Amino acid sequence: MVAAPFCAFKCTVSGSYNRLVGSFFIVCWRGLAANMPTVGVRRELLFKALGRAYTDEEFDELCFEYGLELDEITSEKEIISREQGDSKAAGASDVILYKIDVPANRYDLLCLEGLARGLQVFKNKLEAPRYRRVRPVSGESQKLIITKETEAVRRHAVAAVLRNITFTQERYDSFIELQEKLHQNVCRKRSLVAIGTHDLDTISGPFTYTAKPPGDISFKPLNQSQEFTATQLMSLYKTDSHLRHYLHIIEDKPVYPVIYDSNGIVLSMPPIINGDHSKITLKTRNVFIECTATDLNKAKIVLDMMVTMFSEYCLQPFTVEEAEVVYPDGKACIYPELAYRKEKLSSEFINRKVGINESTEKIAQLLTRMCLRSRATGVGDEIEVEIPPTRSDVIHACDIMEDAAIAYGFNNIIRTTPHTYTVANQFPLNKLTELLRQDLAAAGFTEALNFALCSQEDIADKLGKKISETRAVHISNPKTAEFQVARTTLLPGLLKTIAANRKMPLPLKLFEISDVVLKDETKDVGARNSRRFCAIYYNKSPGFEVIHGLLDRTMQLLEVKSARGDGYHIQAADVATLLKPPLHMKSLCRKSSSTSTPCKTNPGRLRPPALLIQKLCLVT
Amino acid sequence: MADTGVAETLLRWVEKADVCLLPAVQVISAELRSSKHWELTGEGTEIAEQGSHEARVFSSIPLEGLAQSELMKLSFGKIGFSKAMSNKWIRVDKAHEGGPRIFRTVENIEDQVREKLLLVQRGNSCELEEKEKNELKKRRLLSEVTVKSYWITKGSSFSTTVTKQETELTPEMIATGSWKEKTFKPYNFEAMGVALDCGHLHPLMKVRTQFRQIFLEMGFTEMPTNNFIESSFWNFDSLFQPQQHPARDQHDTFFLSDPALAHEFPQDYLQRVKRVHSEGGFGSQGYKYDWKTEEAQKNILRTHTTAVSARMLYKVAQQEKFTPVKYFSIDRVFRNETLDATHLAEFHQIEGVVADYGLTLGDLMGVLHQFFTKLGITKLRFKPAYNPYTEPSMEVFSYHEGLKKWVEVGNSGVFRPEMLLPMGLPEDVSVIAWGLSLERPTMIKYGINNIRELVGHKVNLQMVYDSPICRLDS
Repeated sequence: MVAAPFCAFKCTVSGSYNRLVGSFFIVCWRGLAANMPTVGVRRELLFKALGRAYTDEEFDELCFEYGLELDEITSEKEIISREQGDSKAAGASDVILYKIDVPANRYDLLCLEGLARGLQVFKNKLEAPRYRRVRPVSGESQKLIITKETEAVRRHAVAAVLRNITFTQERYDSFIELQEKLHQNVCRKRSLVAIGTHDLDTISGPFTYTAKPPGDISFKPLNQSQEFTATQLMSLYKTDSHLRHYLHIIEDKPVYPVIYDSNGIVLSMPPIINGDHSKITLKTRNVFIECTATDLNKAKIVLDMMVTMFSEYCLQPFTVEEAEVVYPDGKACIYPELAYRKEKLSSEFINRKVGINESTEKIAQLLTRMCLRSRATGVGDEIEVEIPPTRSDVIHACDIMEDAAIAYGFNNIIRTTPHTYTVANQFPLNKLTELLRQDLAAAGFTEALNFALCSQEDIADKLGKKISETRAVHISNPKTAEFQVARTTLLPGLLKTIAANRKMPLPLKLFEISDVVLKDETKDVGARNSRRFCAIYYNKSPGFEVIHGLLDRTMQLLEVKSARGDGYHIQAADVATLLKPPLHMKSLCRKSSSTSTPCKTNPGRLRPPALLIQKLCLVT
Repeated sequence: MADTGVAETLLRWVEKADVCLLPAVQVISAELRSSKHWELTGEGTEIAEQGSHEARVFSSIPLEGLAQSELMKLSFGKIGFSKAMSNKWIRVDKAHEGGPRIFRTVENIEDQVREKLLLVQRGNSCELEEKEKNELKKRRLLSEVTVKSYWITKGSSFSTTVTKQETELTPEMIATGSWKEKTFKPYNFEAMGVALDCGHLHPLMKVRTQFRQIFLEMGFTEMPTNNFIESSFWNFDSLFQPQQHPARDQHDTFFLSDPALAHEFPQDYLQRVKRVHSEGGFGSQGYKYDWKTEEAQKNILRTHTTAVSARMLYKVAQQEKFTPVKYFSIDRVFRNETLDATHLAEFHQIEGVVADYGLTLGDLMGVLHQFFTKLGITKLRFKPAYNPYTEPSMEVFSYHEGLKKWVEVGNSGVFRPEMLLPMGLPEDVSVIAWGLSLERPTMIKYGINNIRELVGHKVNLQMVYDSPICRLDS
């Protein structure tokens, strides 16, 4: 029996290539996941408000359809035990909580009341309530007078009254929680708007919103037993885990905002703290709400949110008592605005944008289910849409169109292929990079992939250069030294890659083709990327000829001849990072007409300092 | 096998070929038979002849005793003395004048060690107990010997001439044709081949190449995204992202101190952007706030490649006549985020954009379906979402067979008119777009749990060396 002389064995690949790829891609579009507020509601209360119980799966499905996300099913006990350990959680409640992620622009879904209302209307179980501003029975509305001192710090204020409200513990908790959620989101951590809520029966109007030097403000703040001056408060709250985040908003101002009642009682010192005197309790029947702001539009939205959400618990549900705000110039405004806006659009517009074909009446019904009360006007396919004060996110017809699509069900829309005819082109620089990478790997070099950001030290000190000599762009707010500058050279990254892989068998042959960033006055932003190629050979024995060979090979691939004048050649030069001449060389090459290759390269041996810092001992 | 020469050769041959050669050749078949027996060591043989050390010590001591120093001079003195002492055959009189002296304590002795060794020598080792043999082995008087023997018979291809097996085919063999007569040593398929000396592409870049390929196959043109530094204007304002948006916070975005500000904008466009933010227009209510050019001028490290999409769409809008475009990009973006096993301060964003007359939400879903099918993902569904510059916005979910649930694989939407109309695009042009990250699919494809092993200098080079080719759809 004669064995086959050639290597004729059968290659059997075991294992399946059918692994499911692509699951868990992380979203990287801005403004979504990171800023999505999470609302925690008690499951039983939610189901009670929704008028039926759901299984967790059913509710998850409903959330998905509506654009919410049931992020977590947990309990207070579970949360405490996770964050502080089992021992602390012993007495905590194990009532089931739903943590629901809400789109960042839907302030009307930030509390149980709003969530339940939105979902009930969506499920056609409830007609969206109509929020009404009413005159006080007494005929005399509460007044908030703004003095001109506020202009230096926080000039806007709005106010309203919730009359004859009934709190329970749950409602009270939700009321406080909504303020907190609004503060964190639309109010931009109280910098744009700060909300103060007060027991109206403990204070008496008219109220004055003014600003005073911190030494002149003195009151008993919420949950404290004694009076403090504003100056004292600022140092007291320096260590408060919650309040310290808001101090910077007014800290450096000469005057601090403050609201007094007609008897000189301090209601609040926005945006930091309310007075203890007027605090809300479960027994509170009449609530005075004030919002002070640097952004009036946002203040109006926030006030509308507070009153629309909680007027449900007033004796006259969904009515809000107006308040009058008087500006320093004498102009008086009535709040809350509770403005209903009407928009007209055609059903053809919605059908065309979404890619569906529904009747005008059907589309009006779809929109009504999204709390946008709509009707076909009868004029052609015209629909009149009413945008309630709760839907401040609707600012364009496209927002209405999206709501129609959500109510229709995104996943009921037929998927179509656009007829857009285009011819594809590669970006020439990337095309060159792609081709070159392949051949550099074929030349025996392995591709590295390093960060574009690094420390000043990496691109300067460690390479024997001064940072001022580099054309590096500098980052103003790095969290660590790793992100001080954008790299100006690929070399530090490759050296660090070798340092981190010293256990690998030698030689290490690495390359990288990627962008560095350089300051460039001629660009609109004052900087530009520059595509670079860097390679490194790391071994016990000298190997300059290897790097030299790679350079020659690269030039060959780029069709640049080795010749003085019209091609490339290598000449000695002095580079700080490299050993003294004549051990290193500089190669120069004329830009060839067809490619935009880098015209200067620096092959050579690295100087010991650069090596020592990288904890390497052998590099050529 | 009378001829010892032949036997020896055969034995050598058999032993060498033992592992794999012989069974295949079958010239002869050899069966290994091994047996064990006990033998005396050199010292053991000496004892068998002359008696044990202790017995010799005993017999060398006369009745009047012997000086210890004298005894120790004998070759067997030292070992024999201690054994004889422990057998209580002799005693030492340390107080004796002229130094310690040794006397016999018994009349006669029985040299059992010698008796046992003699038994073994005569081939009667079976009469000894295992324990005794091991005791003697410990004293290095006995050793156990294994005898290997082969029982050799004719093999199936028995031949009286022995041919050597060749390991390699040589040019000479081919030239002379001698390979026809040769037999070749079979290969050992159990061992790995030699590790080749080769270069490798980085896995993330391999996946990038595939995504590029998919876009190119779908007719998308690559955008020039080689500008990491971007002004807030193009990164945020042009996308109708308000200036107080949390994404524009110091905590989320890297701002530049040098060069801190961008200094050149298309002025009329900038005015339109300012208007749509602060007052509205183009059918929009606007955000109604005080839009500041200084805020727009602030340079940052771009937080998304959508900034480049905005520049490209603006460029398209400047053409005399609008022509439909399909664009894509895959490049680095930067976030001033807290780092962990799945998040870095920089990552690659994949983005696709289509601009044409009359595109619908259904078209976006259709394009996404085609795109993800090329990644091997066919089961998709869409969830309404919020994104400042798209409306409608949809998160893309795919069904994960392993986890038995829907997981998010991307984000998508239709660009808002407030973004497109100030650029000057025709009103009936819609722009649909989607984005995802490159790192995540790569980590799943190559089974990497810690992103630092994949990206950056802490890369595991062995992983780079070992990573297979990238086929996303299989």
